[in-house]
Amino acid sequence: MGEFLTKLWQWSPEVLPVLWFATGMTVVVTVGALIVALILGLLIALMRISRVRWIRWIALIYTDVLRGTPALVQLFIIYFGLSDLGIEFDPVTAAIVGLGINGAAYVGEIYRAGIEAIHKGQMEASLSLGMTPIKAMRFIILPQAVRIMLPPLCNYAILLVKDTAIISTIAAPEIMFEARRLVQATFMHSVSGQIYLMCAFFYLALTLPLSHIAKRLEQAKERWQ
Amino acid sequence: MDPLLRIVDLHKSFGSLEVLTGVSTDVARGEKLSIIGPSGSGKTTLLRCINYLEKPTSGHIYIDDKLIGEKQVDGKFVHLSDRELAEERAEIGFVFQRFNLFPHLSALDNVTVAPRRALGVPKAEADARAMAMLEKVGLAHKADEFPERLSGGQQQRVAIARVLAMQPKLLLFDEATSALDPELIGEVLKVMRELADEGRTMVIVTHEIQFAAEVSDRVIFMDGGNIVEEGSPGEILKNANHERTRTFLSQIIER
Repeated sequence: MGEFLTKLWQWSPEVLPVLWFATGMTVVVTVGALIVALILGLLIALMRISRVRWIRWIALIYTDVLRGTPALVQLFIIYFGLSDLGIEFDPVTAAIVGLGINGAAYVGEIYRAGIEAIHKGQMEASLSLGMTPIKAMRFIILPQAVRIMLPPLCNYAILLVKDTAIISTIAAPEIMFEARRLVQATFMHSVSGQIYLMCAFFYLALTLPLSHIAKRLEQAKERWQ
Repeated sequence: MDPLLRIVDLHKSFGSLEVLTGVSTDVARGEKLSIIGPSGSGKTTLLRCINYLEKPTSGHIYIDDKLIGEKQVDGKFVHLSDRELAEERAEIGFVFQRFNLFPHLSALDNVTVAPRRALGVPKAEADARAMAMLEKVGLAHKADEFPERLSGGQQQRVAIARVLAMQPKLLLFDEATSALDPELIGEVLKVMRELADEGRTMVIVTHEIQFAAEVSDRVIFMDGGNIVEEGSPGEILKNANHERTRTFLSQIIER
C-alpha cells in the first residue's frame, strides 16, 4: 500500500496534466451530446404525443431501438459503418452525434413523462381560452413540465459524463482514452492502477457537482408541489 | 331574432356508450339557460361539445350562424384546423368545475396570458384589462398571488376573470361551484349573478337549483343523454310534467 501511494505521488506530475486536458474534451463531448439530446429529444417527445398514429410509431420505434441496443454499438455504426458509405466523421463529432442520438431516446422519455404529469385540465383550459395546441404547449404546459423534468435531466447528464468513456474506443481524446494511452506507453505499465484511479477522480470531479444540483432540484420540486 | 347558439341533433359516443342521443336546442342572445340532471345524464358532455373540447360524433353547433369546430367544403363537413378552432373558441368562455388555473402564473398573468398569446394584445393593455376584470370579481388586491395561495372560491373567481378578459360572446359554466366548500359557493354565485344581470348569454350546468331558479330564463332537465323537458324555472322546478324530473328534484332538495 505504501509503495502504491508513493508511486501515485511520483507519477502524478506526469499524469495529471494529461488527464486535465483530456477532461476538457470530455466536457466538450458531454455538452455537445447533451445539446443534441435535448433538442432531438424534444422532437421525439412531441412525436410521441402526436395525434397522428404513424408519427407516434416512428418515435416509439426510435426510442425502443436506441434504448434497446448498446451505445457502443451505435457509436461504431456511426463512426465505422457510415464511413463505409462515404460519410466520414472525425472521432469527436461522431462521439457528439452518437451519444446525442442515443441520449435523445432517454431525454425524450423524460420530457414525455414531464408533459404527461401535467393535469389534462391545463391543456383544456388553454384550448378553451383560444390558444392553439402549440401555444398551449409553449406557454402553459412546458413551463410547468420543466420543473418536473429538471431532476431526471440532471441525472441523465451524470450518466452521460460517465458514458463518454466509451468514446475512447473510437480514439476521441477524452479522459479514458488518454489514461489508456499512458498505460500502454510501456514504461507506465507498473502504474496502471494509479493512472485509472486518477482517471476516476476526474470523472468524479465532473459528476459530484451535478449530483448536488440534482438533489437541490429534487428538493425544489417537492416544494413546488 | 336569430339565436346566438344553435345545437342541432347532437350525438356523442365514447366507444359503445352513447352519452348524447341527439340533443337540439337554441339559446337566444342574452338568455340564461340552466341545465340540470343526474350525473351521467350527459349535461357536462353537452357543454364540452359546445366549444369542441369533445368532438361530437354527429350533429352540429352554430354560434351566430357560424359552424363550430367544422366548416362546409363542397357541401361536406370537415374539421377546422387548430388555428381556426382556436379563433372560434376564443369567443366562447368556459368555466371549469376544477378552475384549472395555471399554477405557474400569478392571478394577473392567468388573466393576461390568453389575450396576449392568443389575441396578440400588447402587455400594457392586457394588464389593464385584466386588472379591470379582477376588480369586477373583487380580487384586484390578489393580482400578484399565485393560485396555490388562493381559496377555492377565489381561484374560481380568477378563472371567471380569465374568461371575461377574452370578451366572449357566450359563457359556459360547468358545475362551477361543485368543487367548492359550502361557505365559498356564495361568492362565486354572486359573481355569476352579476354577469347574468349584465345581460350576457350564459349556459349553466349546475346542481344549485335555487340559483338556477333565480337567474335562469329557461331550465332544461336532462337524463339518459337527452332533454327530458324544458321550460321556465317555475314550470320545471315546481310543476314538472315528467316523473323523472320530479324524482330528481325531490332527491336534490332532500339533500
